[in-house]
Amino acid sequence: MSATSTTIVTLPDQTTATIPKKNYISAEHGLLSWLLTGDHKRIAMLYLISITFFFFIGGAFAGLIRLELLTPQPDLVASDTYNKFFSMHGIIMVFLFLVPSVPATIGNFLIPIMLGARDLAFPKINLLSWYLYLAGGTLTLAALVLGGVDTGWTFTTPLSTHYLNTHVVTTACAIFVAGFSSIFTGLNFIVTIHRMRCPGMTWFRMPLFVWSHYAASILMVLGTPVLAISIVLVALERLIGIGVFDPNKGGDPLLFQHLFWFYSHPAVYIMILPGMGVISEVVSTFSRKRVFGYTAVAFSSVAIALFGFFVWEHHMFIMGVSNYSALVFSLLTMLVAVPSAIKIFNWAFTLQKGSITFETPMLYAFGFMGLFTIGGLTGVFLAALGMDIQLTETYFIVAHFHFVMVGGMLMAFLSGVHFWWPKMTGRMYPEQISKLAAVVTFIGFNLTFMPQFILGYLGMPRRYHAYPPEYQVLNVLSTAGATVLGVGYMLPILYLAWSLKYGPIAGNNPWQATGLEWQIQSPPLTENFTEIPVMDHEAYDYEWLEHKTQQEVTTVG
Amino acid sequence: MPRETAVHEPHEHVFIPQHRHHFETEEQQREAGSFGMWLFLLTEIMFFGGLFFAYLLYRNWYYDAFVPASNFLSVTLGGTNTAILITSGFCMALAVWAAEVRKKQFLVIALILTTVFGLAFIGIKYVEWHDEWEHHHVPGAGFDISEFVSPNAHGITDQKAIPPDMAQHCQIFFFLYFAMTGMHALHMIIGIGLLVWLILRAQRGDFTAGYVAPIENFGLYWHFVDIVWLFLFPLLYLINRHPLK
Repeated sequence: MSATSTTIVTLPDQTTATIPKKNYISAEHGLLSWLLTGDHKRIAMLYLISITFFFFIGGAFAGLIRLELLTPQPDLVASDTYNKFFSMHGIIMVFLFLVPSVPATIGNFLIPIMLGARDLAFPKINLLSWYLYLAGGTLTLAALVLGGVDTGWTFTTPLSTHYLNTHVVTTACAIFVAGFSSIFTGLNFIVTIHRMRCPGMTWFRMPLFVWSHYAASILMVLGTPVLAISIVLVALERLIGIGVFDPNKGGDPLLFQHLFWFYSHPAVYIMILPGMGVISEVVSTFSRKRVFGYTAVAFSSVAIALFGFFVWEHHMFIMGVSNYSALVFSLLTMLVAVPSAIKIFNWAFTLQKGSITFETPMLYAFGFMGLFTIGGLTGVFLAALGMDIQLTETYFIVAHFHFVMVGGMLMAFLSGVHFWWPKMTGRMYPEQISKLAAVVTFIGFNLTFMPQFILGYLGMPRRYHAYPPEYQVLNVLSTAGATVLGVGYMLPILYLAWSLKYGPIAGNNPWQATGLEWQIQSPPLTENFTEIPVMDHEAYDYEWLEHKTQQEVTTVG
Repeated sequence: MPRETAVHEPHEHVFIPQHRHHFETEEQQREAGSFGMWLFLLTEIMFFGGLFFAYLLYRNWYYDAFVPASNFLSVTLGGTNTAILITSGFCMALAVWAAEVRKKQFLVIALILTTVFGLAFIGIKYVEWHDEWEHHHVPGAGFDISEFVSPNAHGITDQKAIPPDMAQHCQIFFFLYFAMTGMHALHMIIGIGLLVWLILRAQRGDFTAGYVAPIENFGLYWHFVDIVWLFLFPLLYLINRHPLK
């Protein structure tokens, strides 16, 4: 297999090519020019650095959890400490990594460019959202350093309000603050998408990446405030004993779960939808075809956002909710599978008869499609009431949402980072080692989480740090997989950092992609476009691109 | 006034110094700002929505406790406050109009009146809260149910006595009362802070030369805070004002 004939990558002549002297990175110098910037691209880079930092902290906790579970006995840490480990892992990964991952980094960088705008509608609010994120992250770290928190990431009452003596309020503050960061990002995106499109950029000419971010932003704007108020109520219940979640005073602990999951189930779609946007772009580019059923894929994002608000009770099927409402929520939950399947099928049809090449972003995208499908289908298992009663609170659920969140979203995030790395930095990452990293991640992931499906089906409960000896083989497999996965995540950090200085110069459009972002220089100018473009073709129009390059050649020649 | 010498058609080639470079036109900037404000208010609705949902649930469960607890609130003070807040909202609407027709003096006066009525609202609210503190109606360790269990012993003649276990649930009513009115008052205080800043800028003539977006958007916020109160007042004060009939 010769790498040269099976790739669409076309790089400029390395002996003469240079990074453009004027770009958003070189526009200003000094730390303050970054910390006080209003440029969406710089803020995206700030976000990229901070979420990577938190990803590795959350990942370290995952490693410790797997290490403890290597043996059936509780021998590495005390049970309380184990509770703090998985709580911190969940809180950091959900609120400080998954929710902002694609939107705040890649989305922040690309949405204005994809729409033909010079910046997001509210640059200062964009910067504020990063500072709020940092404040939330700092408070989380403070809670961690002061002794941790052991509520799990769900803050379930009355456990969190009456039975624990850890840093619940500090963590609650952290989530509250980080939530506003997410609200502001969503608000900025919605306004930008409505009001900042360039001439000719109709709704159905927008890239699907923008559509999926639009859907995710609606969820951020409508869901996150409800999380904020429920977290405030938990803090008040702890601090002054208001009784709203206290059964002794007539309060209802389940009310908390209704409020919490009203946000936190849509939050799952906040996490996955932007990833789906990345996959649409990547699959189209590396199949050289327009995304099949563009309109259906666009509307399926909105449908996921809409349905996502009406399924929250499936987290409470075993908690004494009424049977009739459980029935309704079970059906509604299964309904979410429809728009998700529309996406998977349309990507598959995009691949059909396309000229497929297997660059790194595409490998990650294939990983996404396979793993997300497994994760999504096991979600339908769990939506069925009878199965849910058997499987909920077991490792089956843990495996299910890790397939969606890690197998899905993290793969999409890495796919997107590799795909747009040349645009963000002007340099290519090293191709061979990054392909290796994609394969290692895929293998490591499956080895980690496939055994957990079996463990859960056999009845191993989640959140325990000891288990019967007969489960050990599967747990050892899982821990071994986690180690491989860890290597898979370390590799990109190393070679992406290397490529900042030594990577080949990418040129404007290394992938021969059609998006507006690929028609400008890499890295882009601070103002993105020297003059505002006029969109005169559909998204993913490869013929337009061909003609455009032909014309360029004739004018030069 | 030197700024008003250049009179052009509005929205057409009017140069305003507040125009931000990343917007193509001033119209786009104005629309983006006001759309952003509407979205922000949507998040506020969802934020208060959580509390309204809790209210709905507990009012249905503990109606018998919510009625006497609600009747301890003063309709006179609450009603006065409603009137004050509506007046404040009216002044704000006048301020928006004044900015649009570029009457600087009128704008400043309208904004000051808005602030004064807002402060009056907070003042009356403070009196009410203080009253509830004196009667041990603040939820927490100091909460006292005796006025609900035996109203006659406290010289209250127009209330039915309720059993102690139900009276405990009055605490939930008062928690919701403090949470909702407190959250509302917090929004008022933030609003008053912004008003002071707007007044200072209005005196400089910032908003009477064609750039009215901050006044408009703040107007939306202020009216939203008013509307929240228009829901809170009947829900908290007027549950059942004829308990003995």
